[in-house]
Amino acid sequence: MQRLAAETVTLGYDQRVIARDLSVEIPDNSFTVIVGPNACGKSTLLRALSRMLKPSQGRVLLDGAAIHSMPAKKVARTLGLLPQSSIAPDGITVADLVARGRYPHQALLRQWSPEDERIVEESMASTGIGELADRYVDELSGGQRQRVWIAMALAQQTPLLLLDEPTTFLDIQYQIDVLDLCADLHETQGRTLVAVLHDLNHAARYATHLIAMREGEIYAEGPPAEVVTAELVERVFGLRCQVIDDPETGTPLVVPAARRARHTVPVGPAE
Amino acid sequence: MSTTKPPGERPGRTDARTVTRATTRAVRTPGGLSLRLDVRSGLVVLLLLAALCAMSVILIGRGDFPMAPGDVIATLLGNGTAAQEFIVQDLRLPRILVGLLVGAALGVGGAVFQSISRNPLGSPDVIGFGQGATVGALTVIVVFQGGSAAVAGGAVVGGLLTGAGIYLLAWKRGVHGYRLVLVGIGVAAMLTAVNHYLITKASLVDATRAVLWMTGSLDGRDWAQVWPLLAVCAVLIPLALGHGRPLRMLEMGDDAAYALGVRVERTRLVLMGAAVLLVSVATAAAGPITFVALSAPQLARRLTRSPGPNLGPAAAMGALLLLVADWAATSAFGDRQLPAGVVTGVLGGCYLLWLLVTERKAGRI
Repeated sequence: MQRLAAETVTLGYDQRVIARDLSVEIPDNSFTVIVGPNACGKSTLLRALSRMLKPSQGRVLLDGAAIHSMPAKKVARTLGLLPQSSIAPDGITVADLVARGRYPHQALLRQWSPEDERIVEESMASTGIGELADRYVDELSGGQRQRVWIAMALAQQTPLLLLDEPTTFLDIQYQIDVLDLCADLHETQGRTLVAVLHDLNHAARYATHLIAMREGEIYAEGPPAEVVTAELVERVFGLRCQVIDDPETGTPLVVPAARRARHTVPVGPAE
Repeated sequence: MSTTKPPGERPGRTDARTVTRATTRAVRTPGGLSLRLDVRSGLVVLLLLAALCAMSVILIGRGDFPMAPGDVIATLLGNGTAAQEFIVQDLRLPRILVGLLVGAALGVGGAVFQSISRNPLGSPDVIGFGQGATVGALTVIVVFQGGSAAVAGGAVVGGLLTGAGIYLLAWKRGVHGYRLVLVGIGVAAMLTAVNHYLITKASLVDATRAVLWMTGSLDGRDWAQVWPLLAVCAVLIPLALGHGRPLRMLEMGDDAAYALGVRVERTRLVLMGAAVLLVSVATAAAGPITFVALSAPQLARRLTRSPGPNLGPAAAMGALLLLVADWAATSAFGDRQLPAGVVTGVLGGCYLLWLLVTERKAGRI
């Protein structure tokens, strides 16, 4: 049994069901990436795994206990989440924002222990933002800002960290930068990472475990080298392509077929 | 990727660093307890409290029977003559206490709502609570010809019903800032129409009483207003302050707050309930005092320069604003005394204009 798993969950918003009877286990110490076309339910699954969406049926298990009946702060000490959009309060400095990641470890009369201070410094150092500590968050670039949010999630010191589309809205160099950082966290700190990514090639390059979703179901999962095939990309994304070896890393690389060879395409390419 | 701290800092950043380092202090006890204090916020609160004490002494000393500040302090400490005791304890102190408590309640209520709606306009007097409390009070005056206690009760009921109504109308998977402000402004407009209707239906005597109540004033406030107000503030202000830390997390968005283990809906409901009650009770005691709830949190925030709801500084600032308005209303215009609500209205209107201009310059509206 892995630390984080969903057990036959039915997920949806209001009356709209997005996924039915979905079961998934996140392998411990993996860098798991969930991919799939828009509206396939990948972000919904991540929200359920992170306790933000309550399944209408089934349950999400964290260390064997139903996550929705656990105390909120206790969950937040085990499982961190980098949401898709967070708002940096006006006039907050990097160090102050990162320090907020310590919230689940604090109490009304234990607001700032020496350990809090040390972990915040470490989190800023390991995300490479130590020198930005006293800068205002609003004056940073998009890439730097995302590092700050990641540092905040790191300061939470959770063995499990979930990231909802951490590279969206970033320029390509920052996308790679953020993914490198995630790979570092996974390799050097041994954390279990779960990320939703839009770019299949990024997923194939960085994931140790890949989950491909389609229409609320898990279509395939396993190591990227086994999962990412031309057949899968066509079935899941409706895109004809070739899969070749990435010349840099040897991981699968998806090359969409030329326009003429594709004739009718039901779904757009992976964004 | 750099995993170490940089060896040196660029010039110009150094003072910024010293400033930040100097403003947040951790206070720790050997037992493992610790508090994180913002030095500047603490100083601001202390200065505001000092100003409040000074203002109170000045206000108590003023009137048909003037008293020197020394006499006022001596009397407050129980060393005055019988006449002084009567003037201070029975006539002037309750008025000042009502002013302090109403101002603090409005400051906290405003800070909570502006923080939850993430909008300086999301304050109780803009989004309809003041108007709702007024509907309650006017209904009691015009329809039932009730006494002053009943009018206060009507104001509280009106405020709470408006709060519940706005919460239900704006509620959609959590309350969202813009939605709350827009729904609130709509509700405020409708309630204002109801108030006008009530006044046109009233007899001349009732209408005069209603209009007098609607201007908001500290005149003639006595211990009967102080006690219920004090009881409510003594419970709800510490409750709100105690929820200040989760409220601060909520400002980063519901998802981020959830991720940090904040019980989002519960925190929001408790704080909104406390804020609505505080504003309603304040309105019941002094009538609708406009713009204190709108401007106190923003002024406090500019003084502390600290992100977050700044609940404590907002409370002190609200109390000070109201006392200053009362002082200006009763002394700045010679013999023609004005109700405090008129002065806060004028000052607040100027502030609102300034806010709109700066927000527009900053490209936020």
